[in-house]
Amino acid sequence: MSIDTGTAAKVAKLARIKVEDDQLPALAEEFNRILGFIEQLGEVDVEGVEPMTSVTPQRLKRREDVVTDGSYQDKVLSNAPDAREGFFAVPKVVE
Amino acid sequence: MTELNKLTLAEARDALRKGDVTSVELTEACLTAIDGADALNAFVHKTPELALERAKAADERLKAGDAPAMCGLPIGMKDLYCTKGVASQAASGILEGFVPEYESTVSQKLQDAGAVMLGKLNMDEFAMGSSNETSVYGDSVNPWKIDDRKLTPGGSSGGSAAAVAADLCLAATGTDTGGSIRQPAAFTGTVGIKPTYGRCSRWGIIAYASSLDQAGPMTKTVRDAAIMLEAMAGHDMKDSTSADLPVPNFEAMLTGDIRGKVIGIPKEYRPEGMSEEIKTLWDEGAAMLKAAGAEIREISLPHTKYALPAYYVIAPAEASSNLARYDGVRYGHRAKLSAGDGINEMYEKTRAEGFGDEVKRRIMVGTYVLSAGFYDAYYNKARKVRTLIKRDFEDAFAAGVDAILAPATPTSAFGLGEMKSADPVEMYLNDVFTVTLNLAGLPGVAVPTGLDSKGLPLGLQLIGRPFEEGDLLNTAYALEQAAGFVSKPAKWW
Repeated sequence: MSIDTGTAAKVAKLARIKVEDDQLPALAEEFNRILGFIEQLGEVDVEGVEPMTSVTPQRLKRREDVVTDGSYQDKVLSNAPDAREGFFAVPKVVE
Repeated sequence: MTELNKLTLAEARDALRKGDVTSVELTEACLTAIDGADALNAFVHKTPELALERAKAADERLKAGDAPAMCGLPIGMKDLYCTKGVASQAASGILEGFVPEYESTVSQKLQDAGAVMLGKLNMDEFAMGSSNETSVYGDSVNPWKIDDRKLTPGGSSGGSAAAVAADLCLAATGTDTGGSIRQPAAFTGTVGIKPTYGRCSRWGIIAYASSLDQAGPMTKTVRDAAIMLEAMAGHDMKDSTSADLPVPNFEAMLTGDIRGKVIGIPKEYRPEGMSEEIKTLWDEGAAMLKAAGAEIREISLPHTKYALPAYYVIAPAEASSNLARYDGVRYGHRAKLSAGDGINEMYEKTRAEGFGDEVKRRIMVGTYVLSAGFYDAYYNKARKVRTLIKRDFEDAFAAGVDAILAPATPTSAFGLGEMKSADPVEMYLNDVFTVTLNLAGLPGVAVPTGLDSKGLPLGLQLIGRPFEEGDLLNTAYALEQAAGFVSKPAKWW
């Protein structure tokens, strides 16, 4: 599997990371080296092996489905780059 | 008495309880050492006022006879831990200016036990790195030095390791996703334990790869690791993966008696080209444990070779999901936008500016292996291989092995900048001996056992059964006693 600049651009877009066009060939090259390393996994026979979902056998604990915490609007917004009138503010999303 | 910042946790605790020293005195000694060690770039956010305030409170508690394990002991905190009112940015530009409104469970437990936080410690950005060179704060420097070069303290918990080795604090917190506690401990002649997955709560610790991340202590001795781990561990309702198991008194389990224990020596941990020095160190470690009464047995962990490639699918996949939250909306950096830029441009520019190259690389690799058409070929395949890697260990333990002895790192500390031009994969190879047990969720401890021919520390690693850190630490204690490693870096900073 070889990654071309078009695939690199698509991955950057999916990851929402801006990559300038002139950087794409180097990025594709790095992906290829990393994926080349990962390709070794192809040698392993995994017939009938379940993919791991949890490294410890424990069942996750459950609790009552009730509100236990909250009402921290000021604290929640305190680190926002742009907060107005009790909301996070972002560039216009809909026309 | 020696300089107070040079004490171990156990020595300082005993001196505090006897009234020979106060927490304020210990804290002031560490603060002075920290101010004189800017060349190491270990402490990146210093909190002297907060430390002295907590030290005074600890002295009051000690006077009142209420002295929990860590009461009055000054420690450093890895920047990955969210600490209320104190900058916590995972050494990333994208969390510039972030000041949490809450405290991570582990740092809260340490605070409740009376520990005094001196400040935040340098690390690789989002814990992604093995040399502390991906940090937005710049490289942290190893206090060990043999020539003109500055050496890496390892990573990702490089600042923690440097600070403990240089006696800037009595101990420090670290985190370990693929070796980030054990490799820096080995590079600096200190002790570091990654506990069993689920032993410590991950709540409030900035996430890298959630199925692999674990918090742990970085200390000067095995005894200190036992003391501090007990204070950090325990069930937490806020982390559904934390184990609801009693936390034993680990220190009380340090008898040094390992007679009859079976120590496995995995034959797959001898890759081609492994240095003679590491081989010798390993053989000597096995001989020490044998002399202490343990049985040494060669074992096979057949899927070892595939641990690193499996890790470099699973960890980036989880990182790409975890780091999606850094979007410029809720906290941290937001890029300056041009006229007409919409929300997608904001995300893309913010993340391009805020993340460093290695973090971007891993997010994008993770995005790729999770994308439609590749999910089965890469991500599911890696998860199946992970099952096999864990099974290798289970088989060894089922056959009667109590602990596994292996090298911690393939080399001693290397020079900062020396790997800059290398392939990213070459840097990844640093984790070849450590990453297997993150995939299997097992506890592992790095213990310094010798110096190489250049005069740099080398460490061995012991791997234990799940949730048997006490037994593991006892074996590590026996190894520490036998190795008698007492070397310290000569002060140049």
